[in-house]
Amino acid sequence: MAKRAAPEVNAGSMADIAFLLLIFFLVTTTIEIDSGLNRKLPPIEETEPPIIKEKNIFQLTVNRKNQLLLKANGSDGEVIELKNLRKKAVAFLDNGGGKGEDACAKCKGKKNPQSSDNFQKAIISLQNDRATSYETYIAVQNEIIAAYNELRNREFELAYPSLNMSYVEADKMYSDPRTSAGDKARLKDKIEEIKLLIPQKFSEAEPKKSN
Amino acid sequence: MSKFKKKKGGDLPAISTASLPDIVFMLLFFFMVATVMRQNTLKIENSLPAADQVEKLAKRNLLMYIYAGKPSSAYKDMGTVARLQLNDKFADVSEIAAFIAAERASKREEEIPFLTTVLSVDKETNMGLVSDIKQELRKVNALKINYKTRKGDALRDLN
Repeated sequence: MAKRAAPEVNAGSMADIAFLLLIFFLVTTTIEIDSGLNRKLPPIEETEPPIIKEKNIFQLTVNRKNQLLLKANGSDGEVIELKNLRKKAVAFLDNGGGKGEDACAKCKGKKNPQSSDNFQKAIISLQNDRATSYETYIAVQNEIIAAYNELRNREFELAYPSLNMSYVEADKMYSDPRTSAGDKARLKDKIEEIKLLIPQKFSEAEPKKSN
Repeated sequence: MSKFKKKKGGDLPAISTASLPDIVFMLLFFFMVATVMRQNTLKIENSLPAADQVEKLAKRNLLMYIYAGKPSSAYKDMGTVARLQLNDKFADVSEIAAFIAAERASKREEEIPFLTTVLSVDKETNMGLVSDIKQELRKVNALKINYKTRKGDALRDLN
């Protein structure tokens, strides 16, 4: 007896089923944002504030109208534009005005004696008003992190030209779970060294009450 | 009469749709893989500010989310002042301590030092609320925070 061919299954509705599933996933998908600015809050226990020379403080104030006031380099305070902030912060951090044991070998700034001594001494302080908008605050934070990253990139590339990557790229690679343990161990010391050389000394005062 | 009679022109051959399921399946698999089911239903507006110095967030199970922003249009009766959302409901700043404690209790002990609090705050919020949240977090010693931002130029939308 001749074998009878099995009847073919009609696959015409497969597309419909797939479409249905597709539409379900399309609707439920939210492409999750998984990026942000990492920060550390200061612990709450009050310690005696250390005595800091005024020239080592880059004092930023953001008022309720989202304007920036900068007190640094011996000036009484000037209103600055947000887009100039990064440049000014880099100039301040990189100044290297210290003498003697405070001298900064790696700074490439103007060595203005009125401005910061070295990377370790320089502090950026930010105070905002309660009515400052969050968007402006994030922009200011972003610019300050950018200033630190710019200097860290420079020093990282100077110290490890053979790696052929910037500090930010190295840090990204270090925190990537796909990087092998060997690579991580090699990167770790280098990243830590740059972090020690240019520490992010960033202080945030509690906001002023606005009336 | 010719043997090679030309077929009557005009009607186009039907386009084969045999590969359509394959294409749809491909799209389907993409969306299935890319989908992250939302943990919380947002009751507030949450358009994030942009920044370009962003870092990737840590592992998903090590994050605690605090949302803030104006109540969205479905919750108009909550007013127009920016509010806080913890899990699925509106909350007060004073409830943060309990929230953090509950989140910590639900994690394994060795994971607790690596927990990060993600502040997902609408860009039109005032800093007052954000400062209160930060102060509250300092009180419960949850010091690792992350300001969740879009990737983009931070300065473009301002001015």
